[in-house]
Amino acid sequence: MAFVSALKCRECGREYPIEPSYTCSWCFGPLEVAYDYDAIRDRTSRERIAAGPANIWRYADLLPSDHHPAIDLGAGFTPLVRADRLAAELGLGEVWVKNDTLNPTNSFKDRVVNVALAKALEFGFEVAACASTGNLANSVAAHAARAGLESYVFVPANLEAGKIVTTAVYGGNLVAVDGNYDDVNRLCAELAGTYPWAFVNVNVRPYYAEGSKTLAFETAEQLGWTTPDHVVVPIASGSQLTKIHKGFHELHTVGLLDEEPQVRVSGAQALGCSPVASAFIEGRDVIKPVKPDTIAKSLAIGNPADGYFAIDAVRSTGGGMAAVTDEEIVEGIRLLARTEGIFAETAGGVTIATLQKLAASGVIRADERVVVYITGHGLKTLDAVAEVVGPTATIRPTIEAFHDAFPALQESTR
Amino acid sequence: MTVVRIPTQLRELTGGAGEVDLEGATVRELLAALDAAHPGFGERIAEPDGSLRRFVNIFVAEEDIRFLDGVDTVVGPGQVVSIVPAVAGG
Repeated sequence: MAFVSALKCRECGREYPIEPSYTCSWCFGPLEVAYDYDAIRDRTSRERIAAGPANIWRYADLLPSDHHPAIDLGAGFTPLVRADRLAAELGLGEVWVKNDTLNPTNSFKDRVVNVALAKALEFGFEVAACASTGNLANSVAAHAARAGLESYVFVPANLEAGKIVTTAVYGGNLVAVDGNYDDVNRLCAELAGTYPWAFVNVNVRPYYAEGSKTLAFETAEQLGWTTPDHVVVPIASGSQLTKIHKGFHELHTVGLLDEEPQVRVSGAQALGCSPVASAFIEGRDVIKPVKPDTIAKSLAIGNPADGYFAIDAVRSTGGGMAAVTDEEIVEGIRLLARTEGIFAETAGGVTIATLQKLAASGVIRADERVVVYITGHGLKTLDAVAEVVGPTATIRPTIEAFHDAFPALQESTR
Repeated sequence: MTVVRIPTQLRELTGGAGEVDLEGATVRELLAALDAAHPGFGERIAEPDGSLRRFVNIFVAEEDIRFLDGVDTVVGPGQVVSIVPAVAGG
């Protein structure tokens, strides 16, 4: 049994029972799962976790739903790899990449969807639904297929072709909406009042969002139950960054970390959709929604509901934010691929370009142990780099032809 | 008359109705009319100083009023107003 005690409003603190609900009916603030941390502390231990499965359910004591094999595709426990060549290029010391491209549907969304739909099954829902910029669509369609749930996935009609195919293949309903993500999101929020479905990022969102904490749990465990000095996290809604920050502190609360973590948290956005980074950089308290225009479509949320909490997390830990151009995103993808052999989608390009900027400006220091979160696979957004990479030579199938091309090839990759 | 869509969380104030018909030329006037017809609405969606709570989104004809003129946005004939809680996702 999960150690959940209530849903609690992050704005006004009112409490609600554990049910499919996501906003405070008093002030509309977002609801968050509250836990019985004393009970978790009594139950959990590093040994108990180490004996668990190699996926997010090793941390079940700290999640709001119980493991449900019917829905489990094996999300989580992705590699944390030391990135010395990347660090050297950026003048940094110790950099690690959390390679979350290696999830069942190749993005971190499998973590949150697994937790959300396990809870949805507990609640007795028979239909899974979501509003998505693409990665969530893939994950909901796949997990619903495995669990034998019907699914209704709503996406902006202009989504990358790859993300349409990688959702539709699972056979659920895929509804392309003539509008941007914020239109799709608003539509789903209204539909959730009418259709008795588990909209993973609407009415079961408090449970869904908790899945992102596993990114912090794994990082700490993989670093031998220590924490990084600094993390860099992409921001779309702001939920993932907020939950990674929360995850490190929860580990201390339940006794899995000896000392209170001092993790600086930095956030990454694309310049073409930077409502959170702009508010942070300009020192504003109000986040102004924007109309997104960026190749980083998985981060293209113009009206980010958790943006305020992301700003709080970054400010309170002394982190930074940056907003990067489409060109910098493409270069970020190439830099990570060239130095570490990891191919990230555009959101990963945003994260690497932000790492680069914050390193250059001194916000991220060479004496810090840094973890960057790479949350989606490059095969999802091939178009972003298709124009700028390709064969370094095209030759006839003869030894002479290769011999003639060889000097130029050696020169071009030197 | 303008149709104002009420989110699930506030339907206890409208006797369960998901839509109400109200008179008003702007969002501000419609919200005042809503509070008059169903007392208690105002304090639920606005701060004591009258500004909208930060997790309340209002749309006129599917457009967020923060891209229009805020609560002073004029509501044309036949345009529907929606009150929607902020939702995150991705």
